[in-house]
Amino acid sequence: MNPTARRVAVLGGVRIPFARQHGAYAQASNQDMLTGTLEALVERFRLAGEALGEVVAGAVLKHSRDFNLTRDCVLGSRLDPHTPAYDVQQACVTGLEATILVANKIALGQIESGIAGGVDTTSDAPIALGDDLRRILLELSRTKSNVGRLEALAKLRPGHLVPEIPRNAEPRTGLSMGEHAAITAREWGISREEQDELAVRSHHNLAAAYERGFMDDLVTPYAGLDRDENLRPDTSLEQLARLKPVFGGPEGTMTAGNSTPLSDGASLTLLASEDWARERELPVLAYMTATQSAAVDYVHGGEGLLMAPTLAMPKLLARAGLTLQDFDLYEIHEAFASQVLATLKAWEDPVFCTQRLGLDQPLGAIDRERLNVNGGSLGAGHPFGATGGRIVAGLAKALSERGAGRGVISICAAGGLGVTAIMQAPSDG
Amino acid sequence: MADTYATIANTPVGRTVAKRLGLPAPPRLERYRPGAPVIDGPVLLGAAPGGVLGEATARVLAAINADVHTALEPPLRAAAAGAGLDAKVFNPDVAPSDQTFKALVLDASGIGASEDLVHAYEFFHPTVRRVRPSGRIVVLATSPEHAPNPRHAVAQRALEGLVRSIGKEVRRGATAQLVYVTPDGSGAIESTLRFLLSPKSAYVSGQVIRIQAPAVEADVPTDWERPLAGKVALVTGASRGIGHEVAAVLARDGAHVVALDIPAHADALVATAAQLGGSELALDITEPAAPARVAEHLTQNHGGVDVVVHNAGVTRDKTLARMRREQWEQVIAVNLTSIERIDRELFAGGVVRDHGRVVLVSSISGIAGNAGQTNYATSKAGVIGLLSAYAPTILGRGHTLNAVAPAFIETQMTAAMPFAIREVGRRLNSMSQGGLPVDVAETIAWLASPGSAGVNGNVVRVCGQSLLGA
Repeated sequence: MNPTARRVAVLGGVRIPFARQHGAYAQASNQDMLTGTLEALVERFRLAGEALGEVVAGAVLKHSRDFNLTRDCVLGSRLDPHTPAYDVQQACVTGLEATILVANKIALGQIESGIAGGVDTTSDAPIALGDDLRRILLELSRTKSNVGRLEALAKLRPGHLVPEIPRNAEPRTGLSMGEHAAITAREWGISREEQDELAVRSHHNLAAAYERGFMDDLVTPYAGLDRDENLRPDTSLEQLARLKPVFGGPEGTMTAGNSTPLSDGASLTLLASEDWARERELPVLAYMTATQSAAVDYVHGGEGLLMAPTLAMPKLLARAGLTLQDFDLYEIHEAFASQVLATLKAWEDPVFCTQRLGLDQPLGAIDRERLNVNGGSLGAGHPFGATGGRIVAGLAKALSERGAGRGVISICAAGGLGVTAIMQAPSDG
Repeated sequence: MADTYATIANTPVGRTVAKRLGLPAPPRLERYRPGAPVIDGPVLLGAAPGGVLGEATARVLAAINADVHTALEPPLRAAAAGAGLDAKVFNPDVAPSDQTFKALVLDASGIGASEDLVHAYEFFHPTVRRVRPSGRIVVLATSPEHAPNPRHAVAQRALEGLVRSIGKEVRRGATAQLVYVTPDGSGAIESTLRFLLSPKSAYVSGQVIRIQAPAVEADVPTDWERPLAGKVALVTGASRGIGHEVAAVLARDGAHVVALDIPAHADALVATAAQLGGSELALDITEPAAPARVAEHLTQNHGGVDVVVHNAGVTRDKTLARMRREQWEQVIAVNLTSIERIDRELFAGGVVRDHGRVVLVSSISGIAGNAGQTNYATSKAGVIGLLSAYAPTILGRGHTLNAVAPAFIETQMTAAMPFAIREVGRRLNSMSQGGLPVDVAETIAWLASPGSAGVNGNVVRVCGQSLLGA
């Protein structure tokens, strides 16, 4: 942030355990989950009856009736109904972008406190009428005469009853995200073994975080779950090696084990100015100090759909005056193990860094022991809108535990988008 | 002149029959078309650890806009980055089996001990089957005599066996070459890499080419499509066959060609010169006054000459016991003595301008010997002797002296051979076919290029990696 801006404190976050598609939350709507999470946050930080500066959240898969989803959740919670709210939607970075929006208003002095996050359900997904049927029904409602109505109805065909189910595909390429990731995995020559290793580490790190109680105040039980449904604490390389490839054809390296599953869940984070936190005697876990978005041309430019964070990171580092090695913790969203590995290889690669990023030298390697130390999306699952909040709250807590140092977040998203952010432990602030 | 068997063997039925009967399967060789890219397909660049030629190679690949892939090895990627080469990544362990390359290029200069030759194995083992038809394999290495120590020299020399054998294994019109570069010569590899990677080297395989730093700063072409623009090239024996093709290719490359041939061929000579926008010089090079006349013609009409191609040659085949003295003398006079005399005149008289290029035409017979060609083989071996004797002394003003040694090239001369001998000659090479005059001409054009300042004293066979004399 610029020198005149105020520091933005992350005070904590809450999420519900993430469920697999058609699992524990099969009957829960986005509004149910987000309201439940908001209520848990209100409880934790004693916010009942408080009018906050703003609540910002969003979902990727959304019913049309949820056009004001976050505001409706605020009204369904114990927050003061005078708390403004709005929705954002930016694919898998929805939660992080919402956090940045709240943080920026706090930094500028426009608000003192805010809640940011997101939610998603792949189980209660919106199913739309086919476009032909929709046009006929709209025509029917426009027509005044009975004859006209009959004429409109006469256009109905059985095929019109096939609904449109949302697909996890890029509209401009027709390829699913996994197929895009498989192209990138192939371009970077990512092996099956290194992907499976990363996946195993994600599960083991998350399980360890639960075991040592790290997740106790980060996750609130919901609908019968108290841990992430996708988590396999005892998974192993041998087990993952048995899986067949699901993306990239029969010679592909990406399996259900090293790709995130479709999942359901919600997360929210409380941010505030230092004054607001001090008044309420709420400890600051970490400060959000810098953020950077980027986008790639995956349609015509030959860039990998999920490689935008590789472009964002050098800009972020340059503005913060840091190198990639200056961090104690790295939170890289594990959309696919191959995506994380391709990103790391790209930052290490002299060719990519000079020819594509225009740098003088590579950003270099990171200490893998500092990567996603409390698990990642491969272990936890990835409800699109909820991942940003999971990462922000988790990193803030990890930095506060350490009491010093800084961490960096990198999240890729559909549409060739990527957002990175830096957080700092309070003592280093 | 046409290779009827190759035509038939390239039909679907012919291919099946040839395969069933175990007959040779001559592939259709890709040949250069003006305006086409140097290499039409992806290039895999590799490097053994400690290599010193990676960056120079990467710079050439960047200059020709090649679609380059490399393994994710930090030194190699750094070399590519340093050369401004936006190289893609290749990992043989996970690459799909249908991922193929038009060329495999290995910087083997870092191989400093025989045990480390395994790095060459590691590069080629998973990739040699990924070479496309008419593909290219180029290994760059350090000239053994310039290696830092004897073990390094041994390992570098060993690469010859590897490259020549790969050339015999790859088939489908692919070629394999070894390029030895002196420690200070890495800046001089561009013209050679361009030639070896392009379809211009269609019938050149299994060759070892030596490159050194130019004695004076090279006159590198700005336009590689017309490297000889503004240059004057003398081609002897230019009215027909290989000489005609040489004249045509040099003219294509921008040279003003002075086409020389005997007065008996004056009509064809005039036609050649007119067709190529050059000029003609009809004289018999064995005449005592010929060298002076050539020098005078070049000086008066062109102010000198930049490229001299000694292509004129005759055969008077007879076994030695049956050969008449005139047959011996005529072949030696045309094929060897006249070159000595003309060169002496051109160099002594200062007719050859700076950065001059002299290309001699030897023959596989001069290397391997050939029954019935004692006179011819003697003259062509003498051409190589001439090269060895003069190449080291010629460098002073940026001149170079090199030779090509064609094997079976489809010309009127080979068309006149008895069927059985012709068929054997055609098939006994890695391409299972004869070369074309243009293959010799392209090789000469490479050696004649101003960019080839670092190539001196080489004998390059245009033989499809013939089994003879190998």
